[in-house]
Amino acid sequence: PLPVPPATLHAPPSAVRRPRSGQALYGACFCAAFKAEVLHTVLAGRLLPPGTVVAVGASGGKDSTVLVHVLRALVLRLGISLQLVAVDEGIGGYRDAALAAVRRQAARWDLPFTILAYEDLFRGLTDAVVRCTAGSSRSRYCCTFCGELRRAHRAGATDITVLMNFLRGDAGRLARGGGLGSPGERGALPRCRPLQFALQKEVVLYAHFRRLDYFSEECVYAPEAFRGHARDLLKRLEAARPSAVLDLVHSAERLALAPSARPPRPGACSRCGALASRALCQACALLDGLNRGRPRLTIGKGRRGLDEICFCDPSAPNITSQPAF
Amino acid sequence: MAAPLSVEVEFGGGAELLFDGIKKHQVTLPGQEEPWDIRNLLVWIKKNLLKERPELFIQGDSVRPGILVLINDADWELLGELDYQLQDQDSVLFISTLHGG
Repeated sequence: PLPVPPATLHAPPSAVRRPRSGQALYGACFCAAFKAEVLHTVLAGRLLPPGTVVAVGASGGKDSTVLVHVLRALVLRLGISLQLVAVDEGIGGYRDAALAAVRRQAARWDLPFTILAYEDLFRGLTDAVVRCTAGSSRSRYCCTFCGELRRAHRAGATDITVLMNFLRGDAGRLARGGGLGSPGERGALPRCRPLQFALQKEVVLYAHFRRLDYFSEECVYAPEAFRGHARDLLKRLEAARPSAVLDLVHSAERLALAPSARPPRPGACSRCGALASRALCQACALLDGLNRGRPRLTIGKGRRGLDEICFCDPSAPNITSQPAF
Repeated sequence: MAAPLSVEVEFGGGAELLFDGIKKHQVTLPGQEEPWDIRNLLVWIKKNLLKERPELFIQGDSVRPGILVLINDADWELLGELDYQLQDQDSVLFISTLHGG
């Protein structure tokens, strides 16, 4: 272990103090430890057996960039092959620069790369949502749609989701959430999160010490999103108690709901076949709302367990929904 | 009494957006009574470099939670954080961890 130098002396080259253990490591040793821990997560959870073809959801951001870099280093060890899949939500400006970062990564690391556009999957989605939901709530609804269709790589991102679900009173989601991934039932793709236990600080430092090029601008709709408030609260909690991030996810995983709060046994979405607790899965219900000119269909259940539908918006464009999965 | 210092101040992870998008700043800190520690550097940065939304970079007398500080590529937590005494030719990097992954 490194001796901690007094405040007035120069520091040893690239050194890190790990949040959980307080351990001080040289940069290269930290990166090796980080990689070893991801490998352990994968092996212990049997997440990526030999022969698996792995498609990494790549946004150009720090989590997916680091995930790809680490997995690439483990390809031989795990016996897997790697591809990049990026989603183009159609958010002008922001997404172009982010996709450019993923393209650079695909080229630099020689990985097959596919882009799926919301435009093709759900014709005219994101900016159309913005256009037809005018007013101060506009950004919030836009983020609702995106949030429904995206997934996070890291616990620190999912724990914001957990906190949001608490704040929204969404017991059903809390009960279903957590876990390292889904095995893939009824034809759904298996998913996993090798970075589930990685801390945000460590992801950033790994990217820094490995000189990884990632995209770090804020989505143009983010400033007004509810998620930001939950993130701020969590950041302040983490400053006071570093384990708050994982403890929250831990609590949610062990939550037992009262019988009256338990969600119905999930069936299959009548439209796309994905896991759903109602006739339509959330994604299809959202798109249905857009189609029928009711873009303000609110996600989740209100406190009284009722679906909240605000009002018809006759000016909504005709959005066609063709979910691919 | 602190002598003038030449230091490199760098911003990353999206923090540079608060500084006109410029990542690297070569700065000369003037000689002054007070020592040049990170605490006083932050005051100086707020006054001389920060272009907008100070609350996104500074909270109280420290950086906003979620902003990492590396001094000569070492974690400031190993160096006394705000109390670290700057030396000539030091490099201080502020990386925001707050943007999506």
